[in-house]
Amino acid sequence: MLKPESEEQLAEMVRSANGPLSVRGGGTRHVPGDGEALTTSGLTGITLYEPGALTLVARAGTPMAVVEKALAKEGQRLPFEPMDHRALLGTKGTPTIGGAVAMNVSGPRRVQAGACRDSLIGVRFVDGEGTVIKNGGRVMKNVTGYDLVKLMAGARGSLGVLSEVSFKVLPSAATEATLRLTGLSVAQAVKAMAAGLSSPFEVNAAAHDPQSGETWLRIEGLQGSVAYRAGQVAGVLASFGVADRLDPKASARIWTDVRDVTAMQGAGDIWRVSVRPSHAPDIVARAGADAALLDWGGGLVWLRLPEGTDLRARLGDFGGHATRLRGTGPGALPPEPDALATLTAGIRARFDPRGLFNPMTGV
Amino acid sequence: MEMPNVDPFTIAKKDRLITRLLQVLPDDAVIHEPEETRAYECDALTAYRCPPLAVVLPRTTDEVAAVLKICHDMEIPVVPRGSGTSLAGGALPTADSVILGVARMTDVLEVDYDDRIIRLQTGRTNLSVTGAVEADGFFYAPDPSSQLACAIAGNIGMNSGGAHCLKYGVTTNNLLGVTMVLMDGTVVEVGGAHMDAGGLDLLGVICGSEGQLGVVTEATLRILPKPEGARPVLMAFDDNETAGACVADIIKAGVLPVAIEFMDRPVIRATEAFAHAGYPDAEALLIVEVEGSEDEIDEQLEVIEKIARTHNPVELRRSTSSDESARIWLGRKSAFGAMGQINDYMCLDGTIPVSELPRILRGIGDLSAKYGLDVGNVFHAGDGNMHPLILFDANKPGDLELCENMGADILKLCVEVGGCLTGEHGVGVEKRELMGHQFNEGDMEAQLRVKDVFDPKWLLNPAKVFPLSVTESRRV
Repeated sequence: MLKPESEEQLAEMVRSANGPLSVRGGGTRHVPGDGEALTTSGLTGITLYEPGALTLVARAGTPMAVVEKALAKEGQRLPFEPMDHRALLGTKGTPTIGGAVAMNVSGPRRVQAGACRDSLIGVRFVDGEGTVIKNGGRVMKNVTGYDLVKLMAGARGSLGVLSEVSFKVLPSAATEATLRLTGLSVAQAVKAMAAGLSSPFEVNAAAHDPQSGETWLRIEGLQGSVAYRAGQVAGVLASFGVADRLDPKASARIWTDVRDVTAMQGAGDIWRVSVRPSHAPDIVARAGADAALLDWGGGLVWLRLPEGTDLRARLGDFGGHATRLRGTGPGALPPEPDALATLTAGIRARFDPRGLFNPMTGV
Repeated sequence: MEMPNVDPFTIAKKDRLITRLLQVLPDDAVIHEPEETRAYECDALTAYRCPPLAVVLPRTTDEVAAVLKICHDMEIPVVPRGSGTSLAGGALPTADSVILGVARMTDVLEVDYDDRIIRLQTGRTNLSVTGAVEADGFFYAPDPSSQLACAIAGNIGMNSGGAHCLKYGVTTNNLLGVTMVLMDGTVVEVGGAHMDAGGLDLLGVICGSEGQLGVVTEATLRILPKPEGARPVLMAFDDNETAGACVADIIKAGVLPVAIEFMDRPVIRATEAFAHAGYPDAEALLIVEVEGSEDEIDEQLEVIEKIARTHNPVELRRSTSSDESARIWLGRKSAFGAMGQINDYMCLDGTIPVSELPRILRGIGDLSAKYGLDVGNVFHAGDGNMHPLILFDANKPGDLELCENMGADILKLCVEVGGCLTGEHGVGVEKRELMGHQFNEGDMEAQLRVKDVFDPKWLLNPAKVFPLSVTESRRV
């Protein structure tokens, strides 16, 4: 396994590679391709952290836990609440900050605070010719040149190997509360979550578990404000039932479970469907899954299906896309329309002319 | 400023071009008489002007596709234009180019409050997006100061920001999908009403590409529920450094204001004389605004004022009513106009790490003395997006060049301290030749490759963003 300890070493390894490389961070997410493994886990360390400017820069292989600990010490956090895939995928290893970027990993707060790509303000990476490229920087407003930062987020290691990533971070909340509704159908739950998210009370996470019939909406902020907004949101939800309010500890537990999709463990294929929130009930109905979990107010639908199920055939054309994270079914990544596929192929051919890096296929 | 040499062969194609354009567009959508094309000779960077070969004002995506196909066939450069409010010359034509304006494409196509989206044609102005949803309690967050006039097409092209970015992000964070026409006339749909990309995040690179990758004709935007209320506190300090330190401490305290605006003494004095907002005569002034219910606002302002007091402000004035809020904002909102009363000005847009604020303000002061031109600073302090306003006299020979040179020095300083050339206005032609200060050859080459893919012939807005010498071999 190639394990560069510096950006220069990384560039040299890419330059001298004469066959495909299977690029990864800590290896907690499945990596496609059967080339020689190249891990960024030797590129570690926070290179700059300015709490007063809400910015953090870290080498790509820095463990997520190290980043989160440094932030917590200053009462700050990554806004996008990244998921830990280990439980769901049955993997070991150490999640890295670069891995989260490469997969654009975003958790429940995505619905309000944006995805990983929205907090990412700068990247350094090595392209397929072994050239070190920087884009963006360490300031949160930057429109200088093209935004390759967004392009690299979620590119799955297909365009280059990340060596350093910069983020806009946010203050952690003083406290949180979760309102829980029980006994709603998926359709009612999606309506209830929309009502909460469309209220002015800054609901920053909304999820529904069809198995237990529970629906959760989270509020974070200063003590007085959370108390006030919890009351207001309970009022907004009154037509869906009486919401009970979970204390901060119970609330945190719920959202860690939602974030890591712990309810999905068990045999079968795992699919992740990105969909217009109001279409979620239809997706759940068409999928006929063994288990489901709705996050992002319905905008993210997790499904567990019998092995080999062709979910896309069941869903038909629904205006979103379905990705298989675990299992053996058809193509893991959604197919793109021809014109977009041509653009994607063109970009990949120019960033990785020798075809060294991960194929854009998923596993 | 240099623009590419005009290709006489392209100019010679004008008659044939007009004939072909009129075959696919109604008569009123093609403008080609010299006295009429003059109206499109510049955008808000008025120092540079050049009438285009022709102007087209299509009404549909299909018409845009037909126009681009013709220009692609005939190898005629196209400059996309929203409302023409770019301060960077993003919509500045060349004499051999066609201006493609989306100003007649203003329809709202869909609004959905459950999914919190609006889909519209991109000629619609920024403020009228909010206008379409505010009666129902929603708004569109990015609020560039030209929001009354600027079009969503231009906002997407430049990835526009505004005063409230600290909390709500810029255009790219509020853009979910686009319908875009490539230079060869191909129509692509990127993103939609769902939240993330299935493959490469092409939407992310399209936003902010300054009209060089395609013409965005429709967009799906995220709309947000309007907060219950908002109120600012005004604080004044004896020196810029203390104000800067106060900004950092507020951010660290865990309260995220929706806006933190900074003004220095020259701007405070100019706005006070102009708008009579009742500002104290201080070295630096901050306006910090928070949102929520009345009690929530007070809870947050308590925290913020407690921090401010540790920095010994010369004044601390919390707004307690909408009248007071309006007065506090009045000066800030009329800052540009007030400076314009004194003289012509050039507005810069560099961003710096907030921690470098004192250093950059000192540096700007030194440059002001060196060049003999006055500067006022007004900017979004929470995110480090500076707006130094350099005063000059456009009628005085040599003053514009002097001002541009000083501006370039300020922007280089921004890059030097870890910032960037432009935070929200875009590169356009204005900062094109400075790109080499922020990016090395490889960094720029990576960006050019993206354009190679979207626009292999380099016909879309080709003389912008990158130094001319860097793009020369690629341009037609």
